[in-house]
Amino acid sequence: MPVAPVHLEDGAVAIGGRPVLRHVDLRVEPGEFVALMGANGSGKSTLVRALVGLRPLTSGRLRLFDTDLERFHAWARVGYVPQRGGAASGVPASVWEVVASGRLTRRRLLRPLGAADRAAIRDALEVVGLADRAGDGVSQLSGGQQQRVLIARALAGEPELFFLDEPTAGVDLASQEALARALSVLKSRGATIVLVAHELGPLADLVDRSVVMRHGRVAYDGAPLGDHASPGLLPDGGHVHHVDHLHRTRHDVVPPVFGPLDHRHQEGR
Amino acid sequence: MSTFELLSLPFMQRALLAAVFTGLAAPAVGTYIVQRRLALMGDGIGHVAVTGVALGLLTGTSPTWTAVAVAVVGAILIEVIRERGHTNGDVALALLFYGGLAGGVLITGLAGQSAAGLQSYLFGSITTISAADVLVTMVLAAVVVVVCLGLSPQLFAVAQDQEFARVAGLNVRVYNILVAVLAAVSVAVAMRTVGLLLVSALMVVPVATAQQLTRSFRTTLGAAMLLGLGASVGGLLVSAFASSRADVAPGPTIVLLALAGFVVTWPVGLWLRRHQHLTEPFDDEVPDDHHDVSEGHTHQHGEDCGHVAVPHGDHVDYLHDGHRHAPHGRHYDEH
Repeated sequence: MPVAPVHLEDGAVAIGGRPVLRHVDLRVEPGEFVALMGANGSGKSTLVRALVGLRPLTSGRLRLFDTDLERFHAWARVGYVPQRGGAASGVPASVWEVVASGRLTRRRLLRPLGAADRAAIRDALEVVGLADRAGDGVSQLSGGQQQRVLIARALAGEPELFFLDEPTAGVDLASQEALARALSVLKSRGATIVLVAHELGPLADLVDRSVVMRHGRVAYDGAPLGDHASPGLLPDGGHVHHVDHLHRTRHDVVPPVFGPLDHRHQEGR
Repeated sequence: MSTFELLSLPFMQRALLAAVFTGLAAPAVGTYIVQRRLALMGDGIGHVAVTGVALGLLTGTSPTWTAVAVAVVGAILIEVIRERGHTNGDVALALLFYGGLAGGVLITGLAGQSAAGLQSYLFGSITTISAADVLVTMVLAAVVVVVCLGLSPQLFAVAQDQEFARVAGLNVRVYNILVAVLAAVSVAVAMRTVGLLLVSALMVVPVATAQQLTRSFRTTLGAAMLLGLGASVGGLLVSAFASSRADVAPGPTIVLLALAGFVVTWPVGLWLRRHQHLTEPFDDEVPDDHHDVSEGHTHQHGEDCGHVAVPHGDHVDYLHDGHRHAPHGRHYDEH
């Protein structure tokens, strides 16, 4: 059996003592394109943050490329595109500079950029279609273009495994299509991709497998689902877009914890 | 007094050396602090360092070293509070600032020193700096500059996006504390030049001025260091030449000169940003049909026609009285 880039067994995550993810099993095979879907607060972003080590597991076992997370140091093999409003910060930075910072996974301290580094940065910019904007400030770009800069930054490290956290959120259609083209190039190069998305849009054709999160558990894991899953495939009978507003708490990210009454209500459906 | 005579005075030479080194070091670390949107962090460290100076006065040791020590402790404390990310983090920081300032004034009194003793540290006294202090200033400032430039790829990545940097395998906490310590060291270094209450200005104002005109991080960092150098040396010279007529303190002169630079460049930056915003490419789809033709259009659009040209897909739209005119053959389409 080939080495799985991601293998999570019985993973659980708590935020501030509140259990958010419970009993999550996820194994991603090499070259797979997995879409992690689910409503706001279903735990899909928490799961991807746990998979890259930003959120500690409270229990369970996570292995990246067959190495336990605590002993995993080959971060150059992993590319991460965090969920962010944009690529800008308090000081101007050029597109090239932000993308070049993705090369850090392969650079040693106090060494200047080599020819291989520059080639990788140029290639990353070309894949996302921003090669002609390299010298521009990132704050000059549209939101969708900034999102592509963040993807190019992850690409510059030439990783084998990509995690993208909602790259399509709030992005115009033209940039979504550019994003789909960039991801299809990655996929054709054999990269393993785990993508968190609320809606797939133009990315739907690329997806090999859908994992749907619901209230911090995996509710569905199998063949790709469209944005509007057909009823019957899901345990709750379909639409996965929206949080169950009846049980919504004040917390946006933390899924509601069921009381006994809630539970009966769930079963009674 | 001629320029040559003034510059040949030993105290003036010491002051110039201190000004050159602090002028370069403070904006270097300031760039990373502004990048992380923590522009007031230097102020906080400066307030905490007051206690350090007072402890030096009380114990009879060099206030520079006690200020470095207390500022480093304060900076690490600020970083820890910030990292915990409590919603009332800024309140916790404020408590630390006031504690540092009040503690400093109280301890100075206990040490039997007058407020005037503390004042030279609060507002700077670059012309009374001793040879030993100049040496310490030069060494510490050089360390700050070397670390800020040498580790710039790492420091840039961490300040730009902490989560990405963590997943890239960088020890984000170590780099954050490193920036805090560098800031504390530059506060202690610039203490003699512009004083603890104005030290943050030398870290932040040159960066704010530089970024009015720059688009990349590297040029911002370089320009901020040059502007800091210009302001501190220029301010020192201005105050030295003016002091024959009036009592002009170097510290405030340096800060006001830096601010004058900002006031001059700000309108330019404003115009640049507005122009940039106007000419930002339209990324909506180009209409396929050409039915929406602008009627009775006699004006010929082109380079320098006075209308803003905005890239739109494979062509250019001209902004004309709230319309977007795209050249098509002999007429203009409405886009």
